[in-house]
Amino acid sequence: MKSAPFTYCRPASVTEACALLAADEDARLIAGGQTLVPMMAMRLARPTALIDIARIPELAFVRREGDHIEIGAATRQAFAEANATVALDLPLLARALPWIGHSAIRNRGTIGGSIANADPAAEIPLVLATLGGAVVVQTPRGRERFAARDFFLGPMTTAIPADGCLVEAHFPVWTHQRIGACFTEISARHGDFAYVSAAAQVALDDNGSCVACALGVGGATAQPTQLAVDLTGARINETTAREKLSVAIETLDMMTDPHASPAYRKRAALALALRALLAARDEALAKRART
Amino acid sequence: MKVLLNVNHVEHEIDVEPRLTLLDALRDNMRLTGVHTGCEHGVCGACTVLIDGAPARACLIFAVQADGLAIGTIEGLAPAPGELSLIQDAFCETHGMQCGYCTPGMILTAHALLRENPSPSREKIVAAISGNICRCTGYGQIIEAIELAARRLAGSNAGDAA
Repeated sequence: MKSAPFTYCRPASVTEACALLAADEDARLIAGGQTLVPMMAMRLARPTALIDIARIPELAFVRREGDHIEIGAATRQAFAEANATVALDLPLLARALPWIGHSAIRNRGTIGGSIANADPAAEIPLVLATLGGAVVVQTPRGRERFAARDFFLGPMTTAIPADGCLVEAHFPVWTHQRIGACFTEISARHGDFAYVSAAAQVALDDNGSCVACALGVGGATAQPTQLAVDLTGARINETTAREKLSVAIETLDMMTDPHASPAYRKRAALALALRALLAARDEALAKRART
Repeated sequence: MKVLLNVNHVEHEIDVEPRLTLLDALRDNMRLTGVHTGCEHGVCGACTVLIDGAPARACLIFAVQADGLAIGTIEGLAPAPGELSLIQDAFCETHGMQCGYCTPGMILTAHALLRENPSPSREKIVAAISGNICRCTGYGQIIEAIELAARRLAGSNAGDAA
């Protein structure tokens, strides 16, 4: 399995990368390459040119900015996994990262690469959608911010224009005292593509009542989906949560493939979303209330 | 394209097509055949090398992308010709290899693990090698080998998994 021929360049800036992209409609950006290189090996992708953005210094950072954390597109997944800011302020992302492939993949794979690739089963896009985050895309015409819900359009399809380069991902930070998060998925083997994945982050007040709740499912639908389930204002109990989740998941348009039927995906989505929610709740409950 | 690769602390300048993977460059251009060709799409881990010290799939990176980076292969682990590194020795002692195809990848993965965490739990060892497939299914002895190497490292005061 060898790639078809292509030309290679390594621009020093995003501006230069965008100009190169604009000049050749069959050119592709590459960062970690952990999806693109096997796609090329199998000749499912045949770009005429690869524009390597992995070493552009302005694309590698994790920083707190107001009410969210900004992560540069070429930041390695392994770097984010070991980053103290991510561990402290983005518990859902911290829980999701270890589910990506294996550590050798995360040592090369990037945060932005996973988002721009927009595989329906990918973990980072699900976290972004669940938390209601955003991305910033640069083109020769400037920078544009997209909310996650307007960005993921379908399998491997995003709102990035042909001459655009994803430069930042913005993940909202919750500042509540008692936060719990859980990420889980089901696949044939650990590290394989998820048939269904689920993400949950909840915040509880001193009495254990839910004050904020974010839920999402991936792998099941054409793009990662934030579930419209409001559990705030009361303690989270399994019976009510199951009912509300069932209603939300029933309306979803599930994908089908030889591994998992839409009916299976619906059952798994409900089971996993409920499991993630209750684990997140229990984690938050275990954190001490203010006395 | 001219590419400068620093492999096992030796610089090699090679002239390659951009589509040549690091795996093929190491095997065919530098004759470092300890890095094994397996699935060629990132699933099996047979081609594991260290890039700037961290395990990576040599089949999932083109040689041109690795320009200037420090590459470590199985050939670079032993302290001298005819000798074995502590981890290699542990693999021999516990029979941590059968056909040997996955072995270089397993050992490099273990090398990186033990440098980061000199006394990993069994769970950490299993997680670390979960991306390396052994089709002989000899995982039990491979885990034992890494546990043995960790114990010896702790006793040797060597400070480095090499």
